[in-house]
Amino acid sequence: MLCAGVMPLVVGGGILAVSDKKNLVSLFAEGESDILANWVSTLNLGEIRMTRQEAESQGRAVLDALAKAVAHGNSSDMRGGEFADVRDVLQAFSRSRALQGFSPTETATFILSLKRSLFEQVRKTTRPEDAFDLLSIVSELIDRLGMFTIETYQKTREELIARQGKEIEELSTPVVKLWEGIVALPLIGTLDSGRTQVVMQNLLETIVQTGAEIAILDITGVPMVDTLTAQHLLKTVSAARLMGADCIISGIRPQIAQTIVQLGVDLNVVSKATLADALALALRRTGRVVTKVKAPSSGASQEQPAETRG
Amino acid sequence: MDSIPILKIGSALLVTIQVDMHDQLATRLQDDLTEKIVQHRARGVLIDISALEIVDSFIGRMLANIANVSRLLDADTVVVGMRPEVAITLVELGLGLPGVKTALNAERGLALIGGVSAAGEAADDADDD
Repeated sequence: MLCAGVMPLVVGGGILAVSDKKNLVSLFAEGESDILANWVSTLNLGEIRMTRQEAESQGRAVLDALAKAVAHGNSSDMRGGEFADVRDVLQAFSRSRALQGFSPTETATFILSLKRSLFEQVRKTTRPEDAFDLLSIVSELIDRLGMFTIETYQKTREELIARQGKEIEELSTPVVKLWEGIVALPLIGTLDSGRTQVVMQNLLETIVQTGAEIAILDITGVPMVDTLTAQHLLKTVSAARLMGADCIISGIRPQIAQTIVQLGVDLNVVSKATLADALALALRRTGRVVTKVKAPSSGASQEQPAETRG
Repeated sequence: MDSIPILKIGSALLVTIQVDMHDQLATRLQDDLTEKIVQHRARGVLIDISALEIVDSFIGRMLANIANVSRLLDADTVVVGMRPEVAITLVELGLGLPGVKTALNAERGLALIGGVSAAGEAADDADDD
């Protein structure tokens, strides 16, 4: 019988009978165009969201590879070298479908519906006494192809998720130096305890490296603030304070401000509505003022904070 | 028994913790410091803990206590040079040290106290007149 886990195409307790193999080979070799036409016509193209052209070219690629694999394939193992082409074709198909966001059903149905067309072909071309053996072989073969397709699909999706997770992690905790002695921490995404730890560590390390006196925590990108998030924020603030840096919280959106008050959270930290206000305050605290240069036509037309330290 | 030296600079006291704090040493420091504040009429206390790698709730409370005692005796406390790990540990322990001034390094800490001590000296001078 079949072993679970591996994918040998072994039916009837061993190697295929010679007559069965011959039947299988001739099934693909002689009837390929019939099988393809039948296959494509039985597909519900709307349901699996493929165009007729796509289905035809894809189907031909699969059938070509299968015919070759079956003809050369001494071993009937899908993992064997003879099936390399089949695997490549299916892998490419499944990967591209997965990346384009098609559902597993939409992907696998295409392969699995080959079965009906093959059965039809077997019925037409094979003598009734051989038909049963051939059918069971064909059925098993298609099942394995289907399974392989789904497996590839899932692997692709998992790779995608892992990559996105990593990207989010990298993106989520930058510490930006805004000015000499002023750093900002634009927080994006939900603040759970794990991320707070990373954020806090990043911030404190940066404070040591840059000798910053003021840290601005910008929570514009935090979708919601509950008591736990507020607690995490306060922890970060007091850790920074212990390192000798003052914190300003900025980017509190109107709804969030209301939520914080309704929750009864006492933030007890200097807060500003926007990052710009926070920066202006930070500059003022470090003894700098932002003034407008009078003649905007001259070379340095941008606003320049005058470097007058108090 | 060893103790932590307390240096007097102007009207400020300077404490540099260079060894691992154990509880007895911490208690002793608290006692000594209180004595010295009164003795030297100090207006500021600077505690440098940049060499301190491990803190527990006892040391954390000791720092808070020193600050509270100093405030009673009219001296400001500045804790300087805290390491990031130490800061995170203290916060996780729920010891945010409210009422204790902090600075990144000894230089900034002295600047913080310097203002205090200069004002103190000025006040003292005014008293002398």
